[in-house]
Amino acid sequence: MTDISKEAIVPPRSFLSQDAIQVFYRLLAALLICAVLAVLSDSFLSLGNILNVLRQASLTFFIASGLTLVVLTAGLDLSVGANVALSACIAGTVIHKTGSPALGILTGLACGGIVGLLNGVMVTALRIPSFIATYGMLWVLNGLTYWYMAGETLHGFPAGFRQIGSGYLFGLPIPVYLLLVFLGIGTLFAQRTIWGQEIYAIGANPVAARLSGIPVARRLLLVYAVSGTMAGLASIIFLSRLNSAEADIGESLTLPAIAAVLIGGTSLFGGVGTVFGTFIGALILTLVLNGMNLLSVSANWQPLVTGIIVILAVWLDMKTRRRAQ
Amino acid sequence: MREAAVVSQSNPLQRIPGVAIVLVLLIAVFGAIAPGFLSVANLSNVLVQSTILTMLALPMTLIIMTEGLDLSMGAVLTLTSLCVAIVSLATKSMLLGLGAGLLVGAAFGTVNGWLVAILGIPPFVATLGTLGMAQGLSLIVSDGQSVVGIPHSVRDIYSATLLGVPVPIVMALASYAAFHGLLYHTRFGTYIFALGGNREALRYAGLSPNRLLIAVYAIGGAMAGIAGLLMTARMNSGHPTAGLGLEFDAIAAVAVGGTSFERGNGWLLGTVLGVLSVGVLRNGLNLISLPSSVQVASVGVLVIVALFLDGIRSRA
Repeated sequence: MTDISKEAIVPPRSFLSQDAIQVFYRLLAALLICAVLAVLSDSFLSLGNILNVLRQASLTFFIASGLTLVVLTAGLDLSVGANVALSACIAGTVIHKTGSPALGILTGLACGGIVGLLNGVMVTALRIPSFIATYGMLWVLNGLTYWYMAGETLHGFPAGFRQIGSGYLFGLPIPVYLLLVFLGIGTLFAQRTIWGQEIYAIGANPVAARLSGIPVARRLLLVYAVSGTMAGLASIIFLSRLNSAEADIGESLTLPAIAAVLIGGTSLFGGVGTVFGTFIGALILTLVLNGMNLLSVSANWQPLVTGIIVILAVWLDMKTRRRAQ
Repeated sequence: MREAAVVSQSNPLQRIPGVAIVLVLLIAVFGAIAPGFLSVANLSNVLVQSTILTMLALPMTLIIMTEGLDLSMGAVLTLTSLCVAIVSLATKSMLLGLGAGLLVGAAFGTVNGWLVAILGIPPFVATLGTLGMAQGLSLIVSDGQSVVGIPHSVRDIYSATLLGVPVPIVMALASYAAFHGLLYHTRFGTYIFALGGNREALRYAGLSPNRLLIAVYAIGGAMAGIAGLLMTARMNSGHPTAGLGLEFDAIAAVAVGGTSFERGNGWLLGTVLGVLSVGVLRNGLNLISLPSSVQVASVGVLVIVALFLDGIRSRA
């Protein structure tokens, strides 16, 4: 224990990388929360509740994993929640009209991806700061979704399609398998491919990245498009799990996704963080919200707690990095 | 003198037409296609409805001039509006209600400033966090329900007139006068220009940029508190989602009004013209029977276009 905390102060070239130590601390925090909840609530350790936590965390993770790449480039995507809502409503309509879940899934992913690509264009070609560009996009998407739905609710989808969000395979919810797959792909992409390393480089120092020949604009486009596509994927899971879609489903999704990224140790200033950390972040946030639920705290408290967690996470991140320097 | 210094930083002939042209164009278009748009009743309606936004957009201008942002303003307005409703309901006193709103608003603003200045958290994330907190507190204090039955003294503020001018407009004009005086005719105003343009200079001059920054955000929160009184009076109730998203209209007004997000350049009159542009756009779309969802989307487009033009101008 003491060795590890010393190594955290002497950053590079130690037995464990800085990233690994940060992830380790967060795993400890998650276990601690589990221990506290297990003591406080009898139902926490039930199989049903644990599977529920994992399934809930997977939805946050899908949105947050794409967002992680954006934050790694020192950007932000505030439009993810609104993107989920629009993609879910459009995908739902396609399934209703054509009866084909496959076509609906493709439409949802495409819709999310196109929105992401537009964000990327605003950030790269129009050079609008990412948080403002995606914040504008948030309201454009909200407006479009409310206009398109006109107060209606889409309800009732084919049983096969609903399996994606609510089905089980060998006792585990299907979204958990998807989570593992995308956790693997995301980690491999970020850590083991040249494009992934270039994304870290852009976040760490955009000028140096450009001077060393990295096509910064193209990588940024990719990152925002991936973030949008992952929002599209989340919309499909959402749709098939709730078996319905309304215009307002995205409003409570953005803040938790950002919280998951930041709790997971990805720095807002770019260049530092991992997709695996974001997974732990999603888990910690879900555990806290699940625990509040088990202890019968009103759901009205969730935005307050999530807001506090966001600020705490950024503050801790800045503190540890300042000490490491 | 200070105004001249501001104007010289960017050519006024380039800037003034920008937002003024937008406003004139919008008025011309809706005057042509929207029945009843140019009636006196409707135009004064636009003015009265723009007052709450004015009271948010003025402090938002100062915040953006410091290269900051306050995403929590709409949620804080919602919370202060609820505070006004709850306290005035309990005490039957409009002034105590206003006091509570002011206090809560200023407290949130101070927290925002503290997070940004002392902890150094990027403004958009710090205020996104406090957005969640204010939204959560709104749900908690109201239990998700509307607060109804508030005293007439609160409700009457929105419909009363002073020398024939509606009180909300008087309040908005007074706010503008106060902000104009503060920004262009006090030392504090000069420091605000320096906060965005040249923070180092402040430090060399022996001033604390942190304390100034906290003050700027606190002013924003306090203005959300006063606007909360108008919001409660307008709806004759407190509602836990009443002001959500209003910060976006405020940011839109500031962006359209020509205040730059990148260099400490601000233009208060431009912000007011920006507020009127947003107000005319929403009112006009409403008159031609387009739903509020389309209004939201078109304000979003307006912001993106304004920022794009701002970017072109700053590079030109």
